[in-house]
Amino acid sequence: MRFRIYRYQPEVDNKPRMQEYVLEEIQPGMMLRDALLKLREQDETLVFRHSCGEGVCGSDAMNINGQNGLACLTPLSNLKEPVEVRPLPGIPVVRDLVVDMSQFFYHYRAVKPYLKVHDPEPEVEFLQSPQQREKLDGLYECILCGCCTTACPSFWWNPDKFRGPAALLQAYRFLADSRDQATTERLEDLEGPYRMFRCHTIMNCVNVCPKGLNPTAAINNIKKLMVKDMI
Amino acid sequence: MDGTVTDVGVQPVTLARRQFDSLVIGAGGGGLRAALQLATADANVAVVSKVFPTRSHTVAAQGGINAALANVLPDNWHWHMYDTIKGSDYLGDQDAIEYMCRSASHLVYELEHAGVPFSRLDDGKIYQRPFGGQSQNFGGEQAARTCAAADRTGHAMLHTLYQQNIHAKTHFFDEYFAIDLIKDDEGFVLGALVLEIETGKPLLIEAKTTLIATGGAGQLFRTNTNARINTGDGMGMALRAGIPLQDMEFFQFHPTGVAGRGMLLTEGARGEGGYLINKDGERFMERYAPHAKDLASRDVVSRAISTEVREGRGCGPDGEYVLLKLDHLGRDVLQKRLPGISDTIRTFLHIDPAEEPVPVFPTAHYTMGGIPTNRHGQVVVPIDQGEEVIPGLYAAGECACVSVHGANRLGGNSLLDIVVFGRAAGNDIIEYLSNNRYHRRLDEASVDKAVDHLQRWDLQGEGESVANLRNELQLTMEKYCGVFRTEVVLAEGIEKVLELQQRMADVRLQDHSRIFNTARIEAMELENLFDIAVATVVSAHARQESRGAHSRIDYPERDDVHWLKHSLYYKRDRRLDYKPVTLKPISVESFPPKERVY
Repeated sequence: MRFRIYRYQPEVDNKPRMQEYVLEEIQPGMMLRDALLKLREQDETLVFRHSCGEGVCGSDAMNINGQNGLACLTPLSNLKEPVEVRPLPGIPVVRDLVVDMSQFFYHYRAVKPYLKVHDPEPEVEFLQSPQQREKLDGLYECILCGCCTTACPSFWWNPDKFRGPAALLQAYRFLADSRDQATTERLEDLEGPYRMFRCHTIMNCVNVCPKGLNPTAAINNIKKLMVKDMI
Repeated sequence: MDGTVTDVGVQPVTLARRQFDSLVIGAGGGGLRAALQLATADANVAVVSKVFPTRSHTVAAQGGINAALANVLPDNWHWHMYDTIKGSDYLGDQDAIEYMCRSASHLVYELEHAGVPFSRLDDGKIYQRPFGGQSQNFGGEQAARTCAAADRTGHAMLHTLYQQNIHAKTHFFDEYFAIDLIKDDEGFVLGALVLEIETGKPLLIEAKTTLIATGGAGQLFRTNTNARINTGDGMGMALRAGIPLQDMEFFQFHPTGVAGRGMLLTEGARGEGGYLINKDGERFMERYAPHAKDLASRDVVSRAISTEVREGRGCGPDGEYVLLKLDHLGRDVLQKRLPGISDTIRTFLHIDPAEEPVPVFPTAHYTMGGIPTNRHGQVVVPIDQGEEVIPGLYAAGECACVSVHGANRLGGNSLLDIVVFGRAAGNDIIEYLSNNRYHRRLDEASVDKAVDHLQRWDLQGEGESVANLRNELQLTMEKYCGVFRTEVVLAEGIEKVLELQQRMADVRLQDHSRIFNTARIEAMELENLFDIAVATVVSAHARQESRGAHSRIDYPERDDVHWLKHSLYYKRDRRLDYKPVTLKPISVESFPPKERVY
């Protein structure tokens, strides 16, 4: 199988280049991550992040034949040759397929992704009905891989001001939590022309999310809450 | 060693240094829980992690966390304590186990208050499911003690703990690799030399206390449920600092890894009503554990599966696995309670668990052994007739051995272990800091030694490759130190592992760049794995009995007369020492060893 992989080693390369690789032995069921690990045995200077190999740690997000995804969940059998592998778009490249995620995490921290409760805590758990808890499904599963935010044109244009789909999904995860008591504060934090309202419902985020989550729906729900809060 | 060392600019004079009250190495659940305790107590804390915190392996824990909340069935912490001691095959220390089980409810409520999205019961309380080895009333009916967020409990906990640390403004060093501990002549641990992966620059972090929370070493074995990062770095560092590792012969094989691949399928699958069948469609666990059946302890179920396959009752064309039947649970339960493993099964096996049974086989999962600590998280080593504390050094979680898991850990007790002892260590560190207000003088010789260790990887030339040796090590461990063991096979295993380790001297990296050089990191991870592999086979070879996960065909019985004791392995001369099991709990009566049946 043939691969074209984005290479950039700042100590050696003046500019990025695409390098061709060939992998002879392809076993059935092999994922892209398995292939990259095999290629690394040929060439240990080829660098990418990875860890759990089953789509829960969120390390190996990359751009695969033009679409963002996790290497460990991408079967080789679905890929057209040569498989073109690039780093996530729209954020700085550190080396090869490794990107600098600081901007992404800055926005994550900025939505204050933690439960805020003002009332005294009970000596046991807060009660939450299964229906209330169900509202968190599709939100709490985010693995912070960055596929969505780096696929978002609005983020490419305003990476410093637009929170991006991943952070906005997190914002809604806490707004949707029946235990959280900071709704107004959270909504106020998202006002203004950029932080959330740069979303133009292009829905790239939904198409690429490896966990099948829907940040666009979360953003719409935040807008609804804003209207409700105004009334 | 031959070859030339190039200048990598790590001369001690130019070595960057930072000072903190407290250093935490590892950002899984244990490290983050401790850091939270420290940050909220206004200690100046640095968390060093070789991956971004939410990539730590706690994220992969599925089934849940044990606490006797009694939300579903009657329960209390004392029953949980009994089950844990029995599960440990009586090798667990009963004071630590009492402490853990007593604290469990409080810690789970605390996690819930912090935001963990636990699944819920109709009355709004935390959902609890049955798990292996759980009973009511000291060995009676099945209990339901495992608090769950669907089958993504580790993910839910790790993200919440990270979020709380963001709130507490903990200082994170993301993607820094810890190389070695810094220790002075008097035995005080003073911090660690770490490497910033992005720049390739070493950094000396001086700290009054250092907590090792680096997780387990599942990468010892070829087929494992563990992430690639689980290379036991903290255990390796401890060994090199002269600290022994305890009970390393006890390595847990999880009964239900995806056959041939290793991905974890939670015990919660059986807790929700799934069960195992052999090629005859027989529910074979009824033969091995008539009472608990599929919810017997993990060691029991793993041995049963291995036995079925060895005796020719395995499934598939080569009879290499058994089947986990889930289809009778229905799509709704699978979607609501087991969505994560349903995805994994679809993605990696291309089958629908609601339609077909799933091929599974025991898979390397959890390191019961580790750095010896007491229940305050302090690292302790034997001296004369007792024990002494290594001043300034702590360990918590899978890298530590308190020991609450003894010879076999119960499912749902590892997420509990990390928060209970992460917090306990945090509390003890706060006390230590109030009695030790100033940084001690740094031991430069110790710093030089750590720098030399790093520089070794700048040797150039042709040589062995890390990937090759790692593959050989994993195969060797699987073959010579697996579920069933014998004297002859283990002796051969020691020889093979030592031979492989010697070849480490001939390894040369091809990548000598500084920026995000993962080859260098993998080389140092492999060094750690080798030290731990030797500790594991040597300890396993010495223990002439079968207890918990350590199954000796040549010594099939547990031998409390000679072996009711913890092993301690020292790197120097590969020496073994032993210490007694603490059979005396803190406040209740001891549970004396008795026959263990499920």
